[in-house]
Amino acid sequence: MQRHLISAADLTRDDAVLILDTAEEMARVADRPIKKLPTLRGRTVVNLFFEDSTRTRISFEAAEKRLSADVINFSAKGSSVSKGESLKDTAQTLEAMGVDAVVIRHGASGAPYRLATSGWIDAAVINAGDGTHQHPTQALLDAFTARRRLVGRDAGLGQDLSGRRITIVGDVLHSRVARSNVDLLHTLGAEVTLVAPPTLVPVGVETWPCDVSYDLDSTLAKSDAVMMLRVQRERMNAAFFPTEREYSRRYGLDGDRMARMPEHAIVMHPGPMVRGMEITAEVADSDRCTVVEQVANGVSIRMAVLYLLLGGNEPAVAHPSPTTTLASRRFAPTPAFRTTEEK
Amino acid sequence: MSKILIRGAKVLGGEPQDVLIDGAVIEAVGSGLSDEGAEVVEAGGKVLLPGLVDLHTHLREPGREDSETVLTGTRAAASGGYTAVFAMANTFPVADTAGVVEQVWRLGREHGYCDVQPIGAVTVGLEGKKLAELGAMHESAAGVTVFSDDGKCVDDAVIMRRALEYVKAFGGVVAQHAQEPRLTEGAQMNEGIVSAELGLGGWPAVAEESIIARDVLLAEHVGSRVHICHLSTAGSVEIVRWAKSRGIDVTAEVTPHHLLLTDELVRTYNPVYKVNPPLRTERDVLALREALADGTIDIVATDHAPHPHEDKDCEWAAAAMGMVGLETALSVVQETMVDTGLLDWAGVADRMSFKPAKIGQARDHGRPVSAGEPANLTLVDTAYRGSVDPAGFASRSRNTPYEGRELPGRVTHTWLRGKATLVDGKLT
Repeated sequence: MQRHLISAADLTRDDAVLILDTAEEMARVADRPIKKLPTLRGRTVVNLFFEDSTRTRISFEAAEKRLSADVINFSAKGSSVSKGESLKDTAQTLEAMGVDAVVIRHGASGAPYRLATSGWIDAAVINAGDGTHQHPTQALLDAFTARRRLVGRDAGLGQDLSGRRITIVGDVLHSRVARSNVDLLHTLGAEVTLVAPPTLVPVGVETWPCDVSYDLDSTLAKSDAVMMLRVQRERMNAAFFPTEREYSRRYGLDGDRMARMPEHAIVMHPGPMVRGMEITAEVADSDRCTVVEQVANGVSIRMAVLYLLLGGNEPAVAHPSPTTTLASRRFAPTPAFRTTEEK
Repeated sequence: MSKILIRGAKVLGGEPQDVLIDGAVIEAVGSGLSDEGAEVVEAGGKVLLPGLVDLHTHLREPGREDSETVLTGTRAAASGGYTAVFAMANTFPVADTAGVVEQVWRLGREHGYCDVQPIGAVTVGLEGKKLAELGAMHESAAGVTVFSDDGKCVDDAVIMRRALEYVKAFGGVVAQHAQEPRLTEGAQMNEGIVSAELGLGGWPAVAEESIIARDVLLAEHVGSRVHICHLSTAGSVEIVRWAKSRGIDVTAEVTPHHLLLTDELVRTYNPVYKVNPPLRTERDVLALREALADGTIDIVATDHAPHPHEDKDCEWAAAAMGMVGLETALSVVQETMVDTGLLDWAGVADRMSFKPAKIGQARDHGRPVSAGEPANLTLVDTAYRGSVDPAGFASRSRNTPYEGRELPGRVTHTWLRGKATLVDGKLT
């Protein structure tokens, strides 16, 4: 693991499996009557959101609070940023207040990378979505969800997604979720196919470790998971596709298409869904759709990432071992992860 | 003015010779010239070139004196071996009237580091709607002959056609910033493999090439001359090559940074690499070098674009586009063209002095190094190699993509009409 989490492409297979396994441990905490660990007690995490994203922000906030971190929420709207303050000054101001980690959502691709590499601040940086670049915790929670459903909750521990066929459908061009997922799913051994109208596939996609298809129907029967991306209606006005109806007909997932997927195959969506556009209500509300699980899994994944990057003052759960070093806790799944229930 | 004897200089890279300057003029070029009554500069095998001429400089004055002024910009020019620069029109106010171009021209004369020849805007306010008073700018003291909306493309085909036609009356030339605006909305970098990964808005090569194709055809149709600014793609090279083969009167420039850097550098998200047109691919870089060598691209022009630190010390999307270039141009050309064997020093003199002076009609510049010619000269220590240190720049801005990069060559002396503006690497 590195000091920051900027891009899913920075994770090795072992890093990614470690995060997924750690997230399974974290998920057990959610099943307890008191959903809280003392791990990040006394440490301060700021959620620095330059873009509105209530769901991602509250997911991080829930993860931080379950790890007992002190949480500061900073929204750019109505703040000094809207009065012209630079990213650098905002970040330095926050760090001067003693922040240990910055969770950043920014509309500009590369803003988290700049924050982590320009010498502006020392805090750990976690990318919560930057422009059309990356959204690594989304990819991790998607991989976590797929592994649970396709490999198994316990059987999945230590495992990757080798040989699983995952199809990602929609606005790839403008999607940081697609980019992150292509990187991470490939690292985890999955075979990824992107499906979109040619206008919504970036020039240069040929070097990505995935296949590209313009035909949804031909990919359904050979998909273990189909991930639908949100398609913004405004794209229609920039001539990416003629009408909403035509988009839905060609690339939307409805009951008929879902029926052509293998029986075990799941439907994923990073949310928020545009029902009637890329997904019908029938599919969204079916048992095969994991959208709500993905939200729950997001909290576990973000707990795991925060834990592994910040290496808490204390082990994740009780029974601290005096010999356990910060480094070993940060880099390896030591017994300190085990919950008391298991012991 | 006293005499200066430059002893043992490789004139245009040839055999060492002596060059005697008397006042503003070269008195003699030969071997064993007498140093009687002359200040002697021992060239010791350095290369002597005609003073360099930059057809594409942003001096920022009036309006953005926080990034550059005519004084700091011309000092940077002298430092880089230039004796004449063409100042782009995108100032505040825009250089679209005789008053503004005369002000810029006069400031250059007063400071005396480098001749400043203003470029006039093609359209009022660079807005692409209405022709500026091109004739008035030409008839002003500044004597404008080059017109450009640089920074913006003259994208309306009718306005471009009219401008090309109109300036024929006084032998002017329109320099086009070729960028189809609709294809580059939200563009942040070259569109290709790297932009796809980084999620930055793409600036496709076709947005440049389609405008160049249109403009060479327009120039042919109306029988005008057209100049293409900062050509950046392999496809643009092919179009210009085709146009020249048809006899179309087109000239083209390439910047030093497009001869050396590629879009792979954008992976750092460091806005020092953000420039317009954007850094392209290695294939483009190699095509541009070849085209400069074979004459398809006529000249090197810096597109020196100073920006204050805060405009680059930020996230990529928020950063300004542009790089300073006057003080590193010759080194980059040596690195990419001379040391690679693509061009000799006579070729460098042609691409960086003779031809740009000819395109811009700077009559006292870009002249041969021979008796009776104006003493606009620059002396280059081509054996030098060192890393670029922006702290030593004369420019007010530091936005160079070469910080810490090792480059060959160093300008040690520059003379403007016989007056030294740079001596032993120090501005006078």
